[in-house]
Amino acid sequence: MTPEREQKMATEEGGGLNIHPMDQFIVKIPSWLGGGNVGTFSITNVTVWMGLAVVAIILLMIVGPHGRATVPTRAQSIAEVIYSFIYKMVEDIAGKEGLKYLPYIFTLFIFIVTSNILGLIPGSFTTTSHIAVTAVMAMSVFIAVTVVGFVKNGARFLNLFWISSAPPALRPVLALIEIISYFVRPVSHSIRLAGNMMAGHAVIKVFAGFAVVTLIAPASVLAITAIYALEMLVVVIQAYVFTILTCVYLNDALHPHH
Amino acid sequence: MAIESTASAGTSCIGPDGGAVGMPQLCTDWYANQIFWLVITLVVVYVLMSRIALPRIASVIQERHDAIQNDLEQAEMLRTRAFQAEEDYKKALAEARAEANTIVAETRSEIARDIKIAAARADAEIASKAAESEVAIKAIRDNALEAVRDVSAETAEAVVNKIMPGLDTKGVQAAIDARMKV
Repeated sequence: MTPEREQKMATEEGGGLNIHPMDQFIVKIPSWLGGGNVGTFSITNVTVWMGLAVVAIILLMIVGPHGRATVPTRAQSIAEVIYSFIYKMVEDIAGKEGLKYLPYIFTLFIFIVTSNILGLIPGSFTTTSHIAVTAVMAMSVFIAVTVVGFVKNGARFLNLFWISSAPPALRPVLALIEIISYFVRPVSHSIRLAGNMMAGHAVIKVFAGFAVVTLIAPASVLAITAIYALEMLVVVIQAYVFTILTCVYLNDALHPHH
Repeated sequence: MAIESTASAGTSCIGPDGGAVGMPQLCTDWYANQIFWLVITLVVVYVLMSRIALPRIASVIQERHDAIQNDLEQAEMLRTRAFQAEEDYKKALAEARAEANTIVAETRSEIARDIKIAAARADAEIASKAAESEVAIKAIRDNALEAVRDVSAETAEAVVNKIMPGLDTKGVQAAIDARMKV
C-alpha cells in the first residue's frame, strides 16, 4: 500500500491522477435528454435506471414464466426459484399470517436485487446507493409494520417493548432500550443497504483511478476484479438482508410477544 | 459535458468542475426527484407483481404440486389394485385347488361305492349261479344214479339170465337198490 500511495502522490504532483469516486452518484438529467436542472419531476438517470429495473423485472418475473409449463423452462425456473425463496422466507420468519404481505415484501426484494445488479454494470447508476431511496423503502416498512402491529394487536402491540420474562426492576430500562432500538430500525435498515452499495462502488472507482498509473495498473485491475466479484455477492446479500429484516419486523408486528 | 454540468449546477452539490461536492447521497436537492420516481417504480412493480407475476407463478407451482400429488395417488391406487389382483388370484387359486380336491374325493368315494355295488351284485349273481349249478349238478347226479341203477339192473338181469335162464329177476332189483343205498 505504501509504495502505491507514494506512486499516487508522485502522479498527482504530475497532475495525471484524477480520482472522483463520488461522481458516479450524481443525479442528473442525461445529456441525451437535454440536461438541465434536476426538478422533482425531471426525467433523470434515476428514472432511467429505475425504468430499466422495471423492464428487467418484467422480463424476469412476467415474460420468463409466461409459458406456465409444468416442467419449467430455464427462465421460468429462475422466476420460480426467486418466488419460492421469498415465499419460504416470509413463511418461516413471519408465519402463515405474514404471507398476506408477500406481494409487498416481494416487490421490495425484486426491486432492490434488480437495481443492485444493474448497478454493477460499468457506467450505470445505482439507485439503491442513495439514502433517499433506501430510506423511503425502510420508512415504508417501518410505518407499515407499526400500523399492522397496532391494527392486529391493539394496545397489546406495546408488549413488544415490555419484556415480561425479564426481572420487574429491569423492565422499564429494557423498555427504553427496546423503544430506542425500534425507532433506530429504519435508520439502520436504510443505511445498511445504501452504505454497502455506495462503499463498494466507490472502492471500485478508486481502484479504477489508480489504474491510469502504468506501474500499479496490473494490481489495480486485479483489485477491481476481486472487489467486483465481492460486490456481486454483496448486492444479492444486501437485498436478502433488507428483505429478511422486513420479515423480522413484520413478525414482531404480527406476534409481539417475546 | 462541462456545459451540461454547469447547466445542472443550480445546486450546491456539484462543484464548478462538474464533480460531486461531498456525498451526492446527502444532497437534499435531489431527494424529491428520487423519491418521486421511486414511489412510481415501487407502485408499478407492486401492481405487476401482485396482479400478474405472483399469482401466475403461484398457480404454476400449485398445479405442478397437484400434478405430482395426483400422480403419486394414482400410483398408490394402481399399486393397491395390483396387490388386490394378486390377492384375488391367490384366493381363486386356493379355491380352485380346494374344489379340485373335493371333486377328487367325491369321485373317489363314488367310484368306491360303485365298486362296492358292482361287487355286491356280482357276488349275488355268483351265488345265484352257484345255487342254480348246484341244482343242476344234483339233478345230473340224480339222473346219473337212476341211469346207473337202470343200467346195473339191466346188466345184472342180463348176466343172471345168461347164467341162469328163467330165474326170477325181481330180487335183482331189490338187491341193487340195497347196494346203492350204501
